Amino acid sequence: MTQAVEGQQRAPLLSLRGINKSFGAVHVLRDVDFDVRPGEVTALVGDNGAGKSTLIKCIAGIHPFDDGEILFEGQPVTIHGPKDANALGIEIVYQDLALCDNLDVVHNMFLGRELHSGITLNETEMEKRAGDTLKSLSVRTLRSLRQNVSSLSGGQRQTVAIARAVLWNSKLVILDEPTAALGVAQTEQVLNLVRRLADNGLGVVLITHNMNDVMQVADSIATLFLGQMAAQVRAKDVNNTQVIELITAGRSGDIGLKPREAAEAGVA
Amino acid sequence: MTVAPPMSVADAPSQGAGRRLKAFNLVLELRAFIALIVIIVVFGLMSDAYLTWDNLVTMTKHVAINAILAIGMLMVILTGGIDLSVGSIVGLAGIVAGVLLEGLTIGGSVLYLPVWGVILCALAVGTGVGAVNGALVTRFNVAPFIATLGTLYMARGVALLISGGETYPNLGGSPALGNTGFDVLGTGKLAGIPVSIWLMVAFGIAAVFLTRRTPFGRWVYALGGNARAAELSGVPVRRVTMRVYMISGLCAAMAGLIIASELTSAAPQAGETFELNAIAAVVIGGASLSGGRGAVRGALIGAFVIGFLADGLVILGVSTFWQIVIKGAVIVLAVILDQSQQKIQRRGAAIAAAAATERPAAARA
Repeated sequence: MTQAVEGQQRAPLLSLRGINKSFGAVHVLRDVDFDVRPGEVTALVGDNGAGKSTLIKCIAGIHPFDDGEILFEGQPVTIHGPKDANALGIEIVYQDLALCDNLDVVHNMFLGRELHSGITLNETEMEKRAGDTLKSLSVRTLRSLRQNVSSLSGGQRQTVAIARAVLWNSKLVILDEPTAALGVAQTEQVLNLVRRLADNGLGVVLITHNMNDVMQVADSIATLFLGQMAAQVRAKDVNNTQVIELITAGRSGDIGLKPREAAEAGVA
Repeated sequence: MTVAPPMSVADAPSQGAGRRLKAFNLVLELRAFIALIVIIVVFGLMSDAYLTWDNLVTMTKHVAINAILAIGMLMVILTGGIDLSVGSIVGLAGIVAGVLLEGLTIGGSVLYLPVWGVILCALAVGTGVGAVNGALVTRFNVAPFIATLGTLYMARGVALLISGGETYPNLGGSPALGNTGFDVLGTGKLAGIPVSIWLMVAFGIAAVFLTRRTPFGRWVYALGGNARAAELSGVPVRRVTMRVYMISGLCAAMAGLIIASELTSAAPQAGETFELNAIAAVVIGGASLSGGRGAVRGALIGAFVIGFLADGLVILGVSTFWQIVIKGAVIVLAVILDQSQQKIQRRGAAIAAAAATERPAAARA
């Protein structure tokens, strides 16, 4: 599954270095380092409250972080809001999808960034680009681009949300629990799609609670434990048990936080 | 265009039920239009006067006022809001026109604006009240119902204050001052058709264009469908909300001007309960009060249903009290039909979704 051979790994697309973030007295993120490489699926895992959501909101520009550095394609960047993130080519697919049920697939994919010629919508071009994007992702489950999103199944809706994220020549797609509400077959569909995004050369961050998802598609696994990055490891170097230990205790054997750090983090 | 290969053999069993559902759905979708046809046929059979050209023009003239209000109301309702202040704006716009046409006394001298200036001022005042509504909703997070209820009272109060409760009786202007011609809006004709009907057509075309052909129109629907999704997608939610209330205010002022022009007098009480007629037209036309669903076409047909029904009852000499009862019943019926249509559409959607999830599985096999 992993295509990148050891030693041939490409330079990181996104690197976070020493990110700290507090909400009042609560230190949510401590010196977090995080790398996402193009062409890879990076799973971001951690228990509830470990700081996963905060971390992606920092990347999305929704929360400014207190200190630390974001490098995008090797360049230090500042992200002050969702528009900045979009301009860099970072797209986020939110857990609750953020689709409008009463609009059709094309209009949802272009919502807020409609193509227009003069003051009128350019429906033909939007439909063509939406179709091309879905084709490039080998999506064949949609009957029509002009059906309302309300008539789609959960998996199809997730597909539309993901396709919208890649429509804008994006380089990094962050998916917040894309399989959380899906059945077995639909989860399979979405995971295949996630894999294809990476195979198309995008950097993909997959936030999930589901170990099967992680083991099935991830190339790299980053584990947050109480606001600290316990470890970011190659998926093939670890097994299921080790990842669960990292999530629940912050360490597993000689990977992860040092015992003292883990204990301190636990106290804090 | 289709991404998937068209319907496969596997769908065949569900097709019969789906088609029946579709036919029934079409009838429901066209219900306002069918109701209009029924009204015209029934009243046409019961009264010789009903289907004459003159009567149709007169009735359409009555409809035009509510239709213009309904167009503005529809925009607001599509975003999931409501505008209760339109009736008061009708009154206020008339009073503004009245004041300006009778001459504005500024420090001893009297200012007379040309008619087009008066019209622009009145429209601006209406749009301004809409802007207040928009600001209350977007900046102060007041629920649209309460915000516009407040401006309903305030606009009416201001209209009464300005006029001292009196009617401005003479909006004809005087040739000496060069401000005649205000009555054209309400009584003038262009190519044999009253100007107010042309105005309704113009507002209708503009609204269809706005809602169906522009990004702004998409955003209005998106806001009513899922405001949070719209915001996350980068839709300028506040600006769009602001604009729909301003459009509604503009439409209401236009209606107020037409009424004042028709009567060549402006009463501060003009337009009371007009907001309810406009909401009724929008709802009869198939819009959802929770937003995201509805069309200009529907709202216009809704206005025609109400207007043609009301005038038909008048022609037949039905008592005013019964007219009110019947109007209420029609509105309730419209909403009941709307609910059953939604149920059918949801069922259709469920069938489509189920079929769609089975197909990829079959395709893989």
